[in-house]
Amino acid sequence: MAVADLANPSRFLTFANRALPWLGAATVVAFAFGLSQAMGAPDDYQQGATVKIMFLHVPAAWLGMLAWALMTVASLGTLVWRHPLADVAAKAAAPIGAAFTLLCLVTGSLWGRPEWGTYWVWDARLTSELVLFLLYLGIIALWRTVEDPSRAARAAAILTLVGAIDLPIIKFSVDWWNTLHQGSSVFRLGGSTIYPTILIPLLLMAVAFTLLFVTLQIAAMRNEILRRRVRTLRLLQASAVS
Amino acid sequence: MAVTEHFGFIIAAYAAAFAVVALLIAWVALDYRVQRRHIAELEMRGITRRSAPVRAEPALRTGEQA
Repeated sequence: MAVADLANPSRFLTFANRALPWLGAATVVAFAFGLSQAMGAPDDYQQGATVKIMFLHVPAAWLGMLAWALMTVASLGTLVWRHPLADVAAKAAAPIGAAFTLLCLVTGSLWGRPEWGTYWVWDARLTSELVLFLLYLGIIALWRTVEDPSRAARAAAILTLVGAIDLPIIKFSVDWWNTLHQGSSVFRLGGSTIYPTILIPLLLMAVAFTLLFVTLQIAAMRNEILRRRVRTLRLLQASAVS
Repeated sequence: MAVTEHFGFIIAAYAAAFAVVALLIAWVALDYRVQRRHIAELEMRGITRRSAPVRAEPALRTGEQA
């Protein structure tokens, strides 16, 4: 099956039904391996054992942003190319991205209390991440408010494109402003500042979380296609009755 | 910094992650079952995607040309 064939919802459903068991199994294996490496990682010389929260916090933050980036590309697909699966992908990604962003905020607070002495501070990184979470809630509310999927898709696509401005703000907030949150330590010019015994488990957990995201995204897209079929069938039923 | 000193924060973070992931998986799985059930119910009533609804043509009145 060519990638272009997946643009057809029926072919996408066939692909999803075949791929999901394998993706689910790969996710379980990746988490088992990643967690075993994370639990075996040494304590940080400054933070001690609380560095283990990083193995959840950082992948959750990455995926919260990745989901919005995916929604941004899908929104272009909706507005410019009117791709049949673009708004399905955007709608499916919103709750998943919101959940990962919430997880990032919660684990960040639980990490901040022992390290900074506070659960929350209104610094640029934390605030821009909170704004991302609120944007997700806005998108979800918008999808639920507008009944016609094609109208909802266009409105959500515009809000998504506007909200994409928050992504570089989150990324560079630690460089542009003086924040309590630490600067970039994984993806930065000059290489990572994290020692490999901690960096490798972090990357393994990031792979596991990414596999989880892909699995959930495909499953949620399958659900959305089925939901639209139910809507079409109900419209057919209503027109047959009238 | 000893493990026991901030053990509660680490446990709480992993518990939160487990809860969020479990809720996501449950939401996707339940939604799939609900949509499949709706489609099955509609198909049982004879409503299928490829079948166009058959509309009864209005009967011609006496003297009316077809």
